Amino acid sequence: MKPAIALSIEKLSFSYSGKKALDQVSFNIRAGECTLLLGPNGAGKSTLFSLITRLYDTHEGRIELCGFDIKQQTRQALAKLGVVFQQTTLDMDLTVMQNLRYHTALHGLGRKEAMQRIQQELERLNMFDRRFEKIRQLNGGHRRRVEIARALLHKPALLLLDEPTVGLDVPSRLAIVDYVHQLAADEKLAVLWASHLIDEIYPDDHLIVLHKGQIKANGTVDDVLKITNTTLVKDAFYNLTQGDQA
Amino acid sequence: MNMMHYWRAMWGIIGRELWRFVTQRERFISALVRPLVWLFVFAAGFRAALGLAITPPYETYILYEVYITPGLIGMIQLFNGMQSSLSMVYDREMGSMRILMVCPLPRWFLLLSKLLAGTGVSILQVYVFLGIAWFYDIHAPWQGYLWVLPTLMLSGLMLGALGLLLSSFIKQLENFAGVMNFVIFPMFFMSTALYPLWKMKESSVLLSKLAQYNPFSQAVELIRFALYGQFNQHAFIYTLVAFLVFMAAAIIGYNPSKGMMVKKGGG
Repeated sequence: MKPAIALSIEKLSFSYSGKKALDQVSFNIRAGECTLLLGPNGAGKSTLFSLITRLYDTHEGRIELCGFDIKQQTRQALAKLGVVFQQTTLDMDLTVMQNLRYHTALHGLGRKEAMQRIQQELERLNMFDRRFEKIRQLNGGHRRRVEIARALLHKPALLLLDEPTVGLDVPSRLAIVDYVHQLAADEKLAVLWASHLIDEIYPDDHLIVLHKGQIKANGTVDDVLKITNTTLVKDAFYNLTQGDQA
Repeated sequence: MNMMHYWRAMWGIIGRELWRFVTQRERFISALVRPLVWLFVFAAGFRAALGLAITPPYETYILYEVYITPGLIGMIQLFNGMQSSLSMVYDREMGSMRILMVCPLPRWFLLLSKLLAGTGVSILQVYVFLGIAWFYDIHAPWQGYLWVLPTLMLSGLMLGALGLLLSSFIKQLENFAGVMNFVIFPMFFMSTALYPLWKMKESSVLLSKLAQYNPFSQAVELIRFALYGQFNQHAFIYTLVAFLVFMAAAIIGYNPSKGMMVKKGGG
């Protein structure tokens, strides 16, 4: 039996003042699946994320998170969602613990459960000893780890990551890529990762290539290589986007 | 979704705001310096220039410093309301607003909690200001210090909601300077904070009319009466209605389908 669908997007379109940013986008993401969303700048990745997180309203099409319609059952849907935004969204002047406690409060976790979850998530990322440090004192890689820990505190079914490795050095980047792939496999978490870095793709990943608001490819890495008649993801991406820079 | 969730989230938001305020010492000091300069310098200089008749709630001749104290309380809350909205614009630019907006609670509730947090901070500032003013021989009846608390809640909410509304329309931090010039200064100077209506009428009927309809004037009068243990019903209703209108408009402004959230995005 196939794992449950965590995110379902059906014929989603969105325009900014008449200009189409997304055009009839449809795809599903299942539990335990790590999906890489590849697309050049302006492909519609940020718009798609803003629609899934309900920062923008869905006018055309449908988004469901674990069976909850984002427009009709917004709160139930958002409760299933963990997000790591492209920009850091931590409060620099507060400690790691204060930032995480704020998040658990927003998700209604009681003190005991919150402390338990914070310890679990921070320990998994080797950050528990640094819980009383201010965010300002942490380097970029460690800040990202805190953000990933935060996104998981309320046990979401879907983790959204919007180019989370931008600006990080290579070891930090690889550590995060590895950790998220591990999470998807171990916790049966569905992951949607927007990226423009080809080396962040693992052979078993699900790949979606978005270009000018349309889906150009949707399948396993092998599927995408097959339809583009290439042997490298880099070449497949180049073919699908007609050479536009990622 | 239970009540406990709402309760925890609200205290999470308020606690964060209060903590940020007390740890940012510069913000605390500058919030106090502004009204104190007005009290110690401006009011002292104006004392001789302005003669004040006995008008309610005062039962005797008062010093100008006593007259402008409620106005300066209003000033603290006005600046605080705008400061909160400035921080909302900043949060939105920095992205931390998104964390609040994607949490599974109704948006009106999140905005209201933000507003309560800002009002809590402004009340803290007001009581410290009143404490300093007390040493400067500006005394209200002791009950006044208690009566003023609920009115500070309402006036703080009203001014905060105005700030919230403005923040939903301001796209960038740079545009905030305009708010200072076009909202804070006209609101403050065209009000009963510095001079009573009858005094204004002597020089300009139009100005006195504008001041009369200015919600900030009504908030100041509500505070002025409460400080002397009296309830100004007209000011109360006016401030309450203004709060409800500003709040409703702010909620619409932050609604993803109607307001500012729909704007040009990136890739």
